[in-house]
Amino acid sequence: MNKHMATFIQDNLDEILVRWQEMMKDDSDEKFFQIMSQDVINKTSREFAELMISNLFEGENNYENRLNEFTSKVVRFGWSISFVMKAINHFAQVVYDMLEQNKTITEQNMKEYVMVFAEWINPMRDGIVETYAKTWERTVQLQKIALQELSASLIPVFDKISVMPLVGTIDTERAKLIMENLLDGVVKHRAEVVLLDITGVPVVDTMVAHHIIQAADAVRLVGAKCMLVGIRPEIAQTIVTLGINLKDFTTTSTLQRGVEQALAWTNRKIVEVEED
Amino acid sequence: MGYRSSVEILTEWDIVAARQLGRNEAKEVGFGTVDQARITTAISELARNIYLYAGKGKIEIERISEGGSFGIIIIASDEGPGIPDVRKVMEDGFSTSGGLGAGMPGVKRLMDDFKIETVLGEGTVIKATKWIR
Repeated sequence: MNKHMATFIQDNLDEILVRWQEMMKDDSDEKFFQIMSQDVINKTSREFAELMISNLFEGENNYENRLNEFTSKVVRFGWSISFVMKAINHFAQVVYDMLEQNKTITEQNMKEYVMVFAEWINPMRDGIVETYAKTWERTVQLQKIALQELSASLIPVFDKISVMPLVGTIDTERAKLIMENLLDGVVKHRAEVVLLDITGVPVVDTMVAHHIIQAADAVRLVGAKCMLVGIRPEIAQTIVTLGINLKDFTTTSTLQRGVEQALAWTNRKIVEVEED
Repeated sequence: MGYRSSVEILTEWDIVAARQLGRNEAKEVGFGTVDQARITTAISELARNIYLYAGKGKIEIERISEGGSFGIIIIASDEGPGIPDVRKVMEDGFSTSGGLGAGMPGVKRLMDDFKIETVLGEGTVIKATKWIR
């Protein structure tokens, strides 16, 4: 019965695809069918159809490879999972309708065919959901690593002076990382002054402030001074309104002023050299 | 009722989503950068409270207008344990989680109007309003 269906689909592929594309265009909100050229649509549709057929009569191994290949392609297209699900459902619907029309499916064997369809479609859905989930997990994992690499590195700028530029949202995990890197870095670089630059932190709420205060306290414990730099005017106003006490901190508006201050603390300054 | 949009708070990252929404809404309504920062920070506090104390809830942002002036309301609602002593949480420096204890009184100061309804064991609804001056 499977083989019969596979040959039927292959023989009538053109008509199936036309009907399927119509159904997809009517139903879906996706932009895929509106923005892609007809060539691309036809090519992808055919690939999609071939994958659908391959599950009917090819060995398991080959199918899985093709499924992986297909889903990764779909992911690259930016298709949503609901779109792919719709595509599969509509495809099955079209095939079923056509089989019913040419009287291959009758009232007597309907149950059997429903079973065949279920066996055909369900593993495909499972496979696609799984592949999607894997791809997402991988993407998220990679982004997490990328984010960690970006976040919180302590940069020695002068002897005894280090800067930690903070960019982006600070959550609990990052706050921990900031603290660790800060303390490790202070000890490693023998820093006496550390400048925490929050120019790139979009929101400073009580939690972020709390983490910064804790970090500064810890830095004091290992024998260095901590300075908060890069406080934008709107952030300054918000901090005041929130009632956060940063009186124990030296704070400056820009990193440049912070560096000047830090140099002063370590009894140094930048001088212009006159050429003679 | 004005135009309303909402974000569910389930994870720490939803806090970021909520304040992103708030910032966009505030910008579109026409708030300046300082007020945008105030509103975003207030949302951040409220969303974090939901995440910390109730586990889940939602932040809704509603645009409002009255007599030619415009503003937004932040509605933070959860079905958490409720707040036993409202007066206490509105005091500066009170915290049950080891934080700064500036969150709730801070939000009240950041916004123009602040209302809190809480029922023990049923949940909390906080409405905070800000008008364009």
